[in-house]
Amino acid sequence: MSGRVVFPNKLLPYLLLAPQLAITAVFFYWPASQALKQSMQREDPFGLRTTFVGFANFRRVLADPNYLNSVQVTAVFSLATAFLALALALPLAVMAEKVVRGKGLYRTLLIWPYAVAPAIAGMLWLFLFNPAMGTFSYLLRANGVAWDPLLKDGQAMGLVVAAAAWKQISYNFLFFVAGLQAIPRSLIEAAAIDGASGPKRFRTIVFPLLAPTTFFLLVVNTVYAFFDTFGVIHAVTQGGPGKATETLVYKVYNDGFVNLQLGSSAAQSVILMGVVILLTAIQFRYVERRVHYG
Amino acid sequence: MIGDSRWGIRLAHAILILGIVVVAFPLYYVFIASTHAGPDIVRPPMPLTPGGHLVENYRAAFFEGAANLGGVPVWRLLFNTAVMALGIAVGKIVISITSAYAIVFFRFPGRMVFFWIIFVTLMLPVEVRILPTYKVMVDLNLIDTYTGLILPLIASATATLLFRQFFLTIPGELVEAARIDGAGPFRFFKDILLPLSRSNIAALFVILFIYGWTQYLWPLLMTNRAEMNTIVIALRKMVSFVDHGTPWHIVMATCVLAILPPVLVVVLMQRAFVRGLVETEK
Repeated sequence: MSGRVVFPNKLLPYLLLAPQLAITAVFFYWPASQALKQSMQREDPFGLRTTFVGFANFRRVLADPNYLNSVQVTAVFSLATAFLALALALPLAVMAEKVVRGKGLYRTLLIWPYAVAPAIAGMLWLFLFNPAMGTFSYLLRANGVAWDPLLKDGQAMGLVVAAAAWKQISYNFLFFVAGLQAIPRSLIEAAAIDGASGPKRFRTIVFPLLAPTTFFLLVVNTVYAFFDTFGVIHAVTQGGPGKATETLVYKVYNDGFVNLQLGSSAAQSVILMGVVILLTAIQFRYVERRVHYG
Repeated sequence: MIGDSRWGIRLAHAILILGIVVVAFPLYYVFIASTHAGPDIVRPPMPLTPGGHLVENYRAAFFEGAANLGGVPVWRLLFNTAVMALGIAVGKIVISITSAYAIVFFRFPGRMVFFWIIFVTLMLPVEVRILPTYKVMVDLNLIDTYTGLILPLIASATATLLFRQFFLTIPGELVEAARIDGAGPFRFFKDILLPLSRSNIAALFVILFIYGWTQYLWPLLMTNRAEMNTIVIALRKMVSFVDHGTPWHIVMATCVLAILPPVLVVVLMQRAFVRGLVETEK
């Protein structure tokens, strides 16, 4: 890289960088530093005086049963969403690799949900399953299921997971198809000549070779479920019933904007920053190995 | 294909069709709902074939809007959302391409520091700095403005990284040749770099347009006035299961209109979309 041919201008590069740097300074670094500062402060209810309290906010947040509940909710929600979205996309990708006719059409019809906003995905599922007017709730109740996601924890969680996973199927489908195409045909042919049946070839060759793609998607889906599903929760359950679907991001929003607990919300933000850094690090470390196949 | 019997292929088609039906059903349901009159929508089970109110419902939604939302017509909401999505997509591409250009084609003190400053923003999504960012927006008087909806979201580490990656593959001879022919940095950028980046820009545009269109938390915080809402936020505000006055036929038509534009972009620019998805994957 040091040997690159470059332009000799001295001032120009700074001008080119200026817009991006100005925006990151004003809208990223300044607020982030404020979050750090506020996380160590306590403000009186009128916002007149702030006192430095060190790590007291963090200690309080981490000892708060509501926060620990939210951690658990987020873990269940993220894992369930990632697992469901992967489990539905994989068979579709495998089948799409098998067929010759209609391949393009199938792909088109499977990728469009990517363009649906998470909040709208949530609403679509809510229209189907809300107890007042949803046709599916009606059918469930007609068949003796006590269906009320607005009152029952597990059903509420099921609904937001379904909506969040539904939207992510397209993304996973595309990456699984790419992963399948990267598997050398000769390996599969060799196994077929040795007499391995279709399911056996999938289990012993295709699935293990897809492992890098699967792991990559697992990380991406977890990040998605962590940060991009605020809209689903806000539109469908608002964290309820009780606090059964209150994820960490939803709680930061709720404590900051609805309950106006600034110190606590800031401390939660800082903890989330730590989570993002961790997830990003995993993602980057991993990407380099992703492309190598056996 | 090895070992794929005729039945295997048929099974594959069957599974794919089943998958498509499951994936498409929620949208189909909303589309059908949008062609029925309000009372028919809320009386389950709703019929699963189109009703006769299509034109009427869409006209009412598009020009009059929902009464429980101050009657802001959907064309206005679509306009707001389009401004936001296009502003974000174009803004991100412009400031990222210039940043990457500076970092790859110039040598100056602080180059790598600036690169890392941009890179680290990846780890500061809106969700983790909601309140203080909101305060900045209030202080700058940017609530309920298009600038407020767009500007804070256009910094982009991902796009900058992508362009940097691409620029690094451009051979030094090209720069040298351009310089010998007397082209300055502007000329080189405009006549050589931009044309070479076309497919990257298209790919990025599709992804960023969808990113902008589907934003939720940010417009939720940034807009108070009903006529500044994006269509996603407005839709969320229209929906109430407790309120008997919810105009369901308008809600359903608005929902379809909110989904359609980004879906059309994905379907019509499929090649660029797939490419963008694979390349922006960090």
